[in-house]
Amino acid sequence: MKKLTEIRWHGRGGQGAKTASLLLADVAFSTGLYIQGFPEYGPERMGAPITAYNRLCNEPLRVHSNIYYPDYVAVVDETLLASVDVTAGLKKEGAIVINTAKNPEEVLPLLKGYEGKVYTIDAAKISLATIGKNIPNTPMLAAVVKASGVMGEEEFLGNMEASLRHKFASKPEVIESNMEALRVSLKEVKLYER
Amino acid sequence: MAIRERLSGNEAVSIAIRQVNPDVMAAFPITPSTEIPQFISQYVANGTIDTEFVAVESEHSAMSACMGSQAAGARTVTATSSCGLALMWEMLYVVASARLPLTLCCINRALTGPININNDHSDSMGARDAGWIQIYAENAQEAYDNYIQCVRIGEHKDVQLPVMACQDGFITSHAVENILLLEDAEVKAFVGEYEPEKYLLNEKEAVSMGPYDIANYYMEHKYQQKVALDNAKQVIYDVAAEFEKMSGRKYGMIEEYMMEDAEYAMVIIGSSAGTAKDAVDKMRAEGKKVGLVKVRVYRPFPEEEMVKALSGMKGVVVMDKAEGYSALGGPLGADVKAALFGRTNAVVLNIVYGLGGRDVRVESIEEAYGRLFAAVEAGSVPFGYDYLGLRK
Repeated sequence: MKKLTEIRWHGRGGQGAKTASLLLADVAFSTGLYIQGFPEYGPERMGAPITAYNRLCNEPLRVHSNIYYPDYVAVVDETLLASVDVTAGLKKEGAIVINTAKNPEEVLPLLKGYEGKVYTIDAAKISLATIGKNIPNTPMLAAVVKASGVMGEEEFLGNMEASLRHKFASKPEVIESNMEALRVSLKEVKLYER
Repeated sequence: MAIRERLSGNEAVSIAIRQVNPDVMAAFPITPSTEIPQFISQYVANGTIDTEFVAVESEHSAMSACMGSQAAGARTVTATSSCGLALMWEMLYVVASARLPLTLCCINRALTGPININNDHSDSMGARDAGWIQIYAENAQEAYDNYIQCVRIGEHKDVQLPVMACQDGFITSHAVENILLLEDAEVKAFVGEYEPEKYLLNEKEAVSMGPYDIANYYMEHKYQQKVALDNAKQVIYDVAAEFEKMSGRKYGMIEEYMMEDAEYAMVIIGSSAGTAKDAVDKMRAEGKKVGLVKVRVYRPFPEEEMVKALSGMKGVVVMDKAEGYSALGGPLGADVKAALFGRTNAVVLNIVYGLGGRDVRVESIEEAYGRLFAAVEAGSVPFGYDYLGLRK
């Protein structure tokens, strides 16, 4: 049976939404899935709204279009809720994951009547406390994995550790802080279910 | 042993180039092909390959440097996109007529104006009649596989022509996908050494390349180029057969998808062929007898293959990701119609789509088939041609 998960990322140029989509593609690839990770390119500027995408599937992927009916949406910058139609086409069986200090109930009015699950995560606070910098995409990645269930938490953490060890071979000190950001995020992500 | 990887199209082609280890790369960066010279210059700096990387000040110079280097007897590669290819224009013809089999990775992007960095085929379609072989990829895997084959095809003694290995800018060049790579040693053995018959640095045989050609010889030389392009077809099949033995992946001039009992066919090039395959599956499940012909090799044009695949169709819709401004349709549309004329009674519809990065969805492809059904129903096609996904 074909099992396809489609994810759309909304962020602002410079926040790492594209990197998050590529990291998710990477980690899903290591679990044996067929993956796509790609941003929508345009005249990018720091701070401008950007979109990135993931397709994760147990069968080869052939479609090369953007994603219009995502299963999950990740919003890396909550100010986008006011300016971008982030829930457009989002399936109600799916979920939206938002980086905000607010509780899910508080952001509901900004979601244009979206009927699915709403997750929030204070990715800025977590990354400042663990990595020491506001790098929201690392905690967001963990939150999206948790919300979507595309892989188990242990499998995710194991693969991420291997990938970080490879990526930061020359800077081993950042591995633990990034891993901590992922672990905290998996614990702190809040769910609002109707 | 195949190596399971996940790479963008640009990364995939750069790895293919690394494995081929050409003698020279001369290139000038332009979006979205920039990463290719970037990766190769890193390989050179790290000593991974012993390619001579020539940084130039423009694409005209890039193609000129490539021409000189290939003429000297060095296996040479370049990469470009859009206006970069346009600036190479003059030299493209010179390289082809001098029978220099260098390779060019064309990362397809719309030609300026208006300025646009996104994908369509206007750049390489404009160069379709320059005497180069043109091969197009649907995804990163094909971009990788095609490049490795291109080196062999161009250098074959019956061909000796430059080859353009094209893939869709951003859509495949910047999207990370699953891919199977070959071992370095396999690729090295597959491409072998470049052994030109004539080359400038041969001290035993002095030759002159690219001199003035008088009326008494020019036409014969142009004819020889045509013969070489005709010969390329068999070489493309032979190289593909050898490649299949090594990789298990099969290639030809065209790829047919669900064509066995199809009544309505689409002809398309590049990444949208993948999207179209999903559309075909969806429409087949609804009982519609649709099929797809993907053009892999556009030059030389697969005339025979196209006629064979499309004869017996009720209707054919030809998709052009380039506006030709001929008032007659796009370049692929014109070529397919020319090939089919007098050989089939199919209704042929030509549609221009996906210009400047306009997204091509499964629904877009379904709409194109829908217009074909209507044309077949009406029994005729209106004058001119059609646009898909246009905001009016």
